[in-house]
Amino acid sequence: MTLRTLAPDDKIGITISLNGRPVQVEVDTATTLLDLLRNHLALTGTKKGCDHGQCGACTVLIDGERMNSCLKLAVMMDGREITTIEGLAEGDELHPMQRAFIERDAFQCGYCTPGQICSAVALVEEGHAHSREQIRELMSGNICRCGAYPNIVDAIEDVMAERRGQFREAAE
Amino acid sequence: MNRFSYFRAESVEGALAALAADPGAKLIAGGTNLLDLMKYDVEQPSRLIDITQIEGLDTIGETTTGGIMIGALVSNTTIAYHPLISAGFPLLSSAILAGATPQLRNAATAGGNLNQRTRCYYFYDAALPCNKREPGSGCPAMEGVNRNHAILGASEQCIATHPSDMCVALAALGASVHVAGPEGQRTIAMADYHRLPNGSPERDTTLVAGEMVTGIELPAGAKRFAEHHSYLKLRDRLSYAFALVSVAASLQMDGRAIGDARLALGGVAHKPWRRTQAEEVLIGRPADDETFATAADVLLEGAHGREHNAFKIELAHRAIVRALSQAAAGTPQSQSDKRIA
Repeated sequence: MTLRTLAPDDKIGITISLNGRPVQVEVDTATTLLDLLRNHLALTGTKKGCDHGQCGACTVLIDGERMNSCLKLAVMMDGREITTIEGLAEGDELHPMQRAFIERDAFQCGYCTPGQICSAVALVEEGHAHSREQIRELMSGNICRCGAYPNIVDAIEDVMAERRGQFREAAE
Repeated sequence: MNRFSYFRAESVEGALAALAADPGAKLIAGGTNLLDLMKYDVEQPSRLIDITQIEGLDTIGETTTGGIMIGALVSNTTIAYHPLISAGFPLLSSAILAGATPQLRNAATAGGNLNQRTRCYYFYDAALPCNKREPGSGCPAMEGVNRNHAILGASEQCIATHPSDMCVALAALGASVHVAGPEGQRTIAMADYHRLPNGSPERDTTLVAGEMVTGIELPAGAKRFAEHHSYLKLRDRLSYAFALVSVAASLQMDGRAIGDARLALGGVAHKPWRRTQAEEVLIGRPADDETFATAADVLLEGAHGREHNAFKIELAHRAIVRALSQAAAGTPQSQSDKRIA
């Protein structure tokens, strides 16, 4: 990467790994990752809610960590691995968290759901939640104005239990 | 958002040179506060200097004197869950986990947490006067909605509070801030890093133009408080809300008496609020409510309330007593189960 200085009107090519595929795209300095995904790359699964890092609808995984894509500049994402809601399924096989959200009816209008699911996937990987209270606290960055919280926690508990079962099987 | 140019620094020296070349430039790392403020036109940098690619600022390690050095680019999440921090300085882990959300903590850095701006509503609204944003324009918070505002150390120009939880713990732990600038490197004691507003509320810290934070050092001696600590944060909503009052309490117990103490408040002033006199009255005394109330009296002496925040004086007094009793009992406040025991 040879980029050093970029003037306001300049555009610069960046390369990101997006849902497992390399993507080259030209951005200006003020484009956020969220706007890059939605407006430039037509990946509209990631939602714009508040655009200020308060609602969590724009949550994506950056190098595996959940972050608010509205508070990231695209130009600073060069070389990073981004996973959005569109990248969680394996072909037609939904991610276990997507399946659990459907089985538990963990949404109503669905607007916050892509962010909730990305956040929940990371929460399970992080391994810091061991109770419903801890799940609720560690999902505090995702607001659901329909109030589907109890079912969201149910869905996350299901996936955590499923994974514990898989670990046990693997150990036996 | 205003138009701005972008520069990617590859070294501290490169970042300092870029800062020196453009007085309107700002450093960016996690971006969680700066980009938010730019979207409101509160911050309008002519240039952003991206420091995230600088090597050597993203690690936590032990110093030769047994303390801990936290690089400026280490994320809030990494600090909170790092074994050296959670074992030796659990007060810091607890305070960080009391703030923001997992997404923000993953992005936000140590240096950015120190340098975040107040969340005063009037500071955030570029259509309104604000002495911090536009020196001399006035302070609508004085007679306006001031529930989240200062009860200690305020001035006639500004009653804003510093919003950080992490910094309250750093103040109690006696941390120091490592800084690089045009004149070389220097270290600033945490107590001197943030400042009271006085006549120049536009200045949050004692950093001078052209300087940048490179790290935060925790002194080895603060490990003696690891057994008896509590970070108690009281707020309008149990998660993801700024403190009305928070208390960082650290004790070293000597049997049933207090051997040593550190005490700092958040949400009440333009900086983490600490008075060594309040700690001195605890030393050698029995760890009971009477002792704790005496310390609270000293720490809150001179507190001044306004229309919507006068309740915080009594709230802070009770919170200090409660946090000190949690610390003495060795039962720190849980940041996930919010019941206050």
